[in-house]
Amino acid sequence: MDFNFNEEQTLIQGQVAQFIQRDYEWEKRQNLVSSELGYSEENWKTFAELGWLGISLSEASGGFGGTALESMIIMEEFGKGLVVEPFLETIILCSALIDSCGTDEQKSEILDQVIAGNMHLALGFTEPQSRFNLADVTTEAKLKDGNYIVNGFKSVVMNGPNANKIIISTRTTGKQTDKDGITLLVIDVNQDGVSLRNYPTVDGRRASELTLENVTVSSSYLLGSEDQGFQLLEDAIDNATLGICAEAVGAMEVLYKTTVEYTKTREQFGQPIGKFQVLQHRMVDMFMEYEQSKSLLYMATIKNVEGSQDAKKSISGLKYQVGKAAKFIGQQSVQLHGGMGVTDELNVGHFFKRLTTIISIFGNTDYHLKRYSQL
Amino acid sequence: MDLTFSKEDLDFQAEVRDFLTSEYPLAIKEKQDKRLPLEKEDIISWQKILASKGWFAINWPKEYGGAGLTPTQIYILQTELAGANTPILIPFGVNMCGPVIYTFGTEEQKKKYLPGILNSDTWWCQGYSEPGSGSDLASLQTKAELKGDNYLVNGTKTWTTLAQHADWVFCLVRTETTDIKQEGISFLLIDMKSKGIEVKPIITIDGAHEVNMIYFDDVEVPANNLIGEEGEGWNIAKFLLMHERTGIAGIAALKRELKRLKEISSDLIVGEASLLDDANFRNKIEAAEIELTATEFTELRTLSQISSGGAPGPESSILKIKGTELQQSISELFIEMLGYYAHPFLTEAELGSNASIGPDYAGSAMPHYLNFRKVSIYGGSNEIQRNVISKAILGL
Repeated sequence: MDFNFNEEQTLIQGQVAQFIQRDYEWEKRQNLVSSELGYSEENWKTFAELGWLGISLSEASGGFGGTALESMIIMEEFGKGLVVEPFLETIILCSALIDSCGTDEQKSEILDQVIAGNMHLALGFTEPQSRFNLADVTTEAKLKDGNYIVNGFKSVVMNGPNANKIIISTRTTGKQTDKDGITLLVIDVNQDGVSLRNYPTVDGRRASELTLENVTVSSSYLLGSEDQGFQLLEDAIDNATLGICAEAVGAMEVLYKTTVEYTKTREQFGQPIGKFQVLQHRMVDMFMEYEQSKSLLYMATIKNVEGSQDAKKSISGLKYQVGKAAKFIGQQSVQLHGGMGVTDELNVGHFFKRLTTIISIFGNTDYHLKRYSQL
Repeated sequence: MDLTFSKEDLDFQAEVRDFLTSEYPLAIKEKQDKRLPLEKEDIISWQKILASKGWFAINWPKEYGGAGLTPTQIYILQTELAGANTPILIPFGVNMCGPVIYTFGTEEQKKKYLPGILNSDTWWCQGYSEPGSGSDLASLQTKAELKGDNYLVNGTKTWTTLAQHADWVFCLVRTETTDIKQEGISFLLIDMKSKGIEVKPIITIDGAHEVNMIYFDDVEVPANNLIGEEGEGWNIAKFLLMHERTGIAGIAALKRELKRLKEISSDLIVGEASLLDDANFRNKIEAAEIELTATEFTELRTLSQISSGGAPGPESSILKIKGTELQQSISELFIEMLGYYAHPFLTEAELGSNASIGPDYAGSAMPHYLNFRKVSIYGGSNEIQRNVISKAILGL
């Protein structure tokens, strides 16, 4: 039993932490958020050069053969800087999926480009009616002369505006919520019949509503096997849930510590408000929620790396705890900053907004408590 | 990072299991499984069995008779002992007074007191709280005045757990009145057979006699029963609090109780389905289980730091709060599960006998729930724990 990072992992952690500290000051981050693109291509190239983009991908796919642990380390540090570069979407969500089930052609066409920093990806897995149910898919794909003809709609596709290719879940057989009959296809955003309505999300990131009208997808862009996409999709979402929870843990650490420091300097009634016991105990509770989340993050990540029997269950337990903690720490950080907490100027509100979207991305606390109980 | 046990650890686990199979007395096991109160003799005999294997003073350094186990082995041992529902050890000697004596005591004191703690022949109790000094412990008033070779002790101690069985009490006493109240406190060992000591029971809401008042009326205590220097008592008290780190959350016992709660509630049919299938009830159980897992891994992170040579980090301070919150919420879920059958108030004789009322697991649930209101109050109330974290970790 060991909870320490190995030498290489410690090195990566230091590298990412240094990047956040040196090259990702708050003002720069805010400028990126309000820029056209919404992130920095230059930063993305740096990630590629430092080898972060391929770190968790298999060596066969041109990666470095790392695990979810390396992704966790990167995402936790990214969470501290509230990094908006779409690492979660392009790398953890989509590239890992292609790495796990793509054909050699798909890997060399897509992953080589991704690892080099030249391609972005997104996953279209939600529809307006689906909520958190990955099996609720109405977007239809019909095989005709060796091609799939796709019609349907995908909602709030994270990183949609920047993606060159989007992996979508489609229904090839069965009823609307059947797990069987779901097929994953890779589409190119420039294909005929693909239209995106792009917009910002409250956390400073970008998403799209994706409409698919008679889009012709060659069967060479089938990911995995026909009708058998559900398991792949679930694995990909589970893997990304670990990643986003690591991001949340990083963000929560900054938020609770920022709040503690603020209450040491803000004076009311002739003393720092951090001297008031009611606020001290609130902050102790924030600290404990953070530590408990971190404990489950380590536990779930290691269990998934080791392939434990209860690996999936541990992810739902983690997401439940992170959702609970993110809400408490986010809301209380705003509360303890008083009026300043609700200003756009201070970083606190922006951490709060990201934690708020994280709570529901890949399933909220109600969803994961139920899933935990069923697994 | 990994969660696997080494081959040595797995061998150790097997050794503990074999030991439990052959050495855990059936008579005690039966009482424990029925949740019946134990006699003093039961506890002592179990502690002696553990001591004969070298697994009693597990946190002690080897030179004083400790087990020399690694933190992982301690974790394994505690998990297996609790999993088998063995009796909780009485901590006052082995986890509290013992470490104080081998850390602050003279050679003579070590020779005199440590053997009795190791072989459980001496039963210790803890004289800290007073009627006027609870959370503000340093305001304590019990006086010890040096008169020749003796201290003359006067005052009252309260909430003294199992003082009715005790041979000795370790006390915080005031040897000097100082401007800073912490500075006049000393750590004194007192023989419970001394003239002028009176013990009076306090009956708690579960009907049990667990805690007591101790009155000291001109009690003569030899001056060489003082541990450390005069005025050093507060530092010793703080050391003692810090010493009982691992295992404080009682994780292994909580896992056992939660498992039992799930088993019973899955057999309880309410209408068409079991109680465990009721979404509201089930959500509470699952939420408790997730919190428990989080606390377990917070403890394991602490252990891992210790085994790689580091000091326990700030996360260890969470363990008392989270552990006791879980003890309370799980005991609450038990009475929630039982409904009306949590209400009969049974005598000790009726508990677990044919004269019991309702299901045989019902009788102990309410006393347990009532008794466990204490856990967020004792050992530094959870509010005091939050003060400590606020000051020591958050720097507020």
